Amino acid sequence: MTSPDRRAVVRNSVGVGVAVGAYGFAFGAASVAAGLSVLQTCLLSLLTFTGGTQFAVVGVVAGGGTIAAALASGLLLGSRNTLYAMRLAPLLRVRGVRRLLAAHGTIDESTAMAIAQPEPDLSRVAFWWTFGGVFTFWNLSTLLGALAGSVIDPATVGLDAVVPAAFLALLAPRLRAGAVEKRIALTGVVIAGVLIPFTPPGVPVLAACAALLLAAQVPAP
Amino acid sequence: MNLWILVVATIAGCYAFKLTGYLVPARVLDQPRIRRIVELLPVALLAALVVVEAIADGRHITLDWPRLTGFAVGALAVWRRAPFLVIVVLAAVTAALLRLG
Repeated sequence: MTSPDRRAVVRNSVGVGVAVGAYGFAFGAASVAAGLSVLQTCLLSLLTFTGGTQFAVVGVVAGGGTIAAALASGLLLGSRNTLYAMRLAPLLRVRGVRRLLAAHGTIDESTAMAIAQPEPDLSRVAFWWTFGGVFTFWNLSTLLGALAGSVIDPATVGLDAVVPAAFLALLAPRLRAGAVEKRIALTGVVIAGVLIPFTPPGVPVLAACAALLLAAQVPAP
Repeated sequence: MNLWILVVATIAGCYAFKLTGYLVPARVLDQPRIRRIVELLPVALLAALVVVEAIADGRHITLDWPRLTGFAVGALAVWRRAPFLVIVVLAAVTAALLRLG
C-alpha cells in the first residue's frame, strides 16, 4: 500500500461522511417533528447509527403508528447490516473491543467503501475512516437538525420533501442492481400505496415485505 | 415513556444485527436463500417508505403540492446520480420556495 493510495482513500472516506451529514440534519429535524426529544433523537444517531432504520422509525411515529410497527419497520431495515458484517469480518479481522467497535460502524457507506478497495489494507483504511467521517458528521448534523426542528416547523424549510427523496436515494443503487429489484420496488409501492387509507400507519410499510413473495418468484439470473 | 422503549429497543436490536454478522460462523447465515431475502427486504421497505412519506398523512392520502414537487426535484437529482448533499438541498429549497408563494 503506497501512501498516495492511502491518502486518496482517506479523502474519499471523509468526503462520504460530509455528504451523509446532510441527511443527518434532515433526520434530526424529522425526529423532533415526530415528537421525539432532542436527547432521544441524538441517542438514536449515536447508538443506532444506521440512517434508513432511524428515518423509518421516526416516519412511522410521525404518521401516528404504534411503537411495535415503528420498531418492526426499523429492525427489518436494519437486518441488512448482518450481511454487511459477514462481508467485512474476513477483511477487517477484528477481535475483542475493536470487533465491538467495528460492529457499531457496520453500515451501508463503510461497507461500500471497504469492499470497493483493491487490497485488504486499503479496505481497513476505508472502513475506519468512512465510519469515523460518517459518525462525526451524522451526529453533529443530527444535533443541529434536532435543535433547528425544535424552533422552526420543518415543513417551512421543505424537510418533508427531503425525507421521501432520502429514501429514494438509499433505494436507487439497489434498483440499478437488476430487474428483480425493480419489480419488488414497484410491487412494494403499490402495496403500501393501496393500504394507506385502510390500515394503521406503519402497516403499509411492513405489508410491503410481501412484495418479495409476489415479485421474487422468478429467480434472479 | 413509550418512545423511550422504542429508542432503546431500536438501539439494542440494530446493534445485535450488526454484531451477529461478526460472531456467527459464515456458513450458518451465508445461504443463497437467506442472503437473497436479506438483500431484497430493504428494496421493498425503502420503496414503501418513499410512497408513504411522499403522499401519506397518517391514514389519509394527502397530495401536498410543494412536498410532491420538492420530492420530484429530489428524485430527478437521484436519477442524475447527484451527491447526497445536492439531493437534500434541491428537495428542501424547492418545497420551501413553493410555500413562500
